Amino acid sequence: MCLGIPGRIIEMADDAGLPVGTVDFGGVRREVCLSYVADEVGVGDYVVVHVGFAISKVDEEEAKRTFEVLREMSQLDELEWMADLADAAEGVSP
Amino acid sequence: MKYLSEYRDPDMARALVDRIRRSATRRWTLMEVCGGQTHTIVKQGIHEVLGEAVEMIHGPGCPVCVTPLEQIDRALHLAARPDVIFTSFGDMLRVPGSECDLLAIKARGGNVRVVYSPLDAVEIARKNPDKEVVFFAVGFETTAPANAMAVWRARELGVENFSVLVSHVTVPPAMVAILEDPENRVQGFLAAGHVCTIMGWEEYEPLAERYRVPIVVTGFEPLDILEGIWMAIRQLEDGRHEVENQYVRSVRREGNRSAQKLVTTVFELVDRGWRGIGTIPGSGLGLRSEFAPYDAERKFGLEGIRAEESRDCHAGEVLKGQLKPYECPAFGGLCTPERPLGAPMVSSEGACAAYYNFGRMKAGTVTAS
Repeated sequence: MCLGIPGRIIEMADDAGLPVGTVDFGGVRREVCLSYVADEVGVGDYVVVHVGFAISKVDEEEAKRTFEVLREMSQLDELEWMADLADAAEGVSP
Repeated sequence: MKYLSEYRDPDMARALVDRIRRSATRRWTLMEVCGGQTHTIVKQGIHEVLGEAVEMIHGPGCPVCVTPLEQIDRALHLAARPDVIFTSFGDMLRVPGSECDLLAIKARGGNVRVVYSPLDAVEIARKNPDKEVVFFAVGFETTAPANAMAVWRARELGVENFSVLVSHVTVPPAMVAILEDPENRVQGFLAAGHVCTIMGWEEYEPLAERYRVPIVVTGFEPLDILEGIWMAIRQLEDGRHEVENQYVRSVRREGNRSAQKLVTTVFELVDRGWRGIGTIPGSGLGLRSEFAPYDAERKFGLEGIRAEESRDCHAGEVLKGQLKPYECPAFGGLCTPERPLGAPMVSSEGACAAYYNFGRMKAGTVTAS
C-alpha cells in the first residue's frame, strides 16, 4: 500500500492554490499533487509518487551512486569468481 | 535512468545473494516491516535463495491487514447508507468485515467508489452536494500526508459534506511491540523506505540503541532489498547496531518536513487497535478536535459498532512473525484469497496472500534462478 512509483514531471500548474503537475510514468501520464515537494522540483525532475502525491524528489546523483556501487560489487564478484577458476585450473589453493 | 528497471538486474541480484551468503557466519533473523517489501521478497523467492544465511520474518506493515475489524464494520455500515457515497483505495474493498465486505455492499447497490487519490474523494463531494461523501483514510506514515491534505483541502474549500473514517497507524510503536514481545526473534530490521521518505529516520535511532538492533532504511526493488539485507548482515557480523540508509535516492535523514507539518496540523497521536494484534498505545493517528466536523465516526455516531475477531484466523501471530502463513491451520483450506478469513490473505501485500499466490507453501524449497 505504501507503493511509490518514480515518474518525471512534464508540466507544473496551480489548482486553486494547490501546486500540481503532470507526471509521466514510462508513457502513462497522471495529475499529481506537488505540494510536498514544491520548493525543490522543476519540470524534468523525477519524483516518487504515492496515491497521487509526490513525496520526494529522486536524488539523481545518489541513485546513480547506489547503482554504481551495486554494479561494482557484482563485477568484483565476477573477478573473484574468475580468479577462483584460474586458481583451480592451476591447482593453487587459495 | 528510470529508477526502476535498473534495480531489477538479475546478474547483479545473483552477485548480491552470493555476497550475503558468504558474509554470514551463522543464520540471522531479519524482519522487513513493509508489506510492499514482503511482496517483492516472496515473489522473487529472496527468502528462499537466502535460506541458509537469513530467515526473513514478514512484519505487520500492511495497512489493509492491520485495520481493525470494527473499523471495517463501520465502513460497511456507512457504505450501506443510501445518503452516503463511500470512497476508498481499491485495496480495502475485499477485506472481510463481520458480515461481508465493501464489494458485497456495492453489489447490493451501495455507492462505493474506488479513488486513486484522497483528493479525488473531495472532488466527488464537491460534485455531489446532496450526498455525504466519506473517505476511508487508512495507511501508514506514507499515506498520512495525502489524507491530511484531503481534510485540509475540504476545509479550505468549504466542502461540508466530506468526512473521513480514520484508521491510521504508525510504524515505530509496532516495532517496539515486536521487540518487547518475550517471543521476539528479530535481530535486525529493514525499515520501510517510503515511511521514512516522509518521517526520516531520527526516531529509529533510539530504537537501534535501546534494543541493540541494526535498522536499515530500505527501498522496494529486488536489488534495494538485497542490499538492505546485506547491510544489516554486515552490521550483525560486525557487532554494530546502527540506523543506515540504503534508499538514499528518496530518503533524507530529516524526512519530508512540509509533509510532517501538515500531518501534525490535522492529526494527533492516539491509541489504535491493530487487527490480530490488539491495541498498541500511541500507535495511531486521529483527527485533531479542530477537524472534528470531518470525522465520520462523530458525524454518523459510529462509536457503538464493536466487533470480535474470528478465532480461526491466526493473522496476529503471522503479523508478529511468530507463525509462517503456511503454518496456520486455515491456510489454503478455510482461508484463500477468494474466501479470505483474515486481511493478510486479501491484500497483495499481505504475507498470507503472497505465500498463497506465489506457491511458497513450505520452508526450505530453494528456487535459485
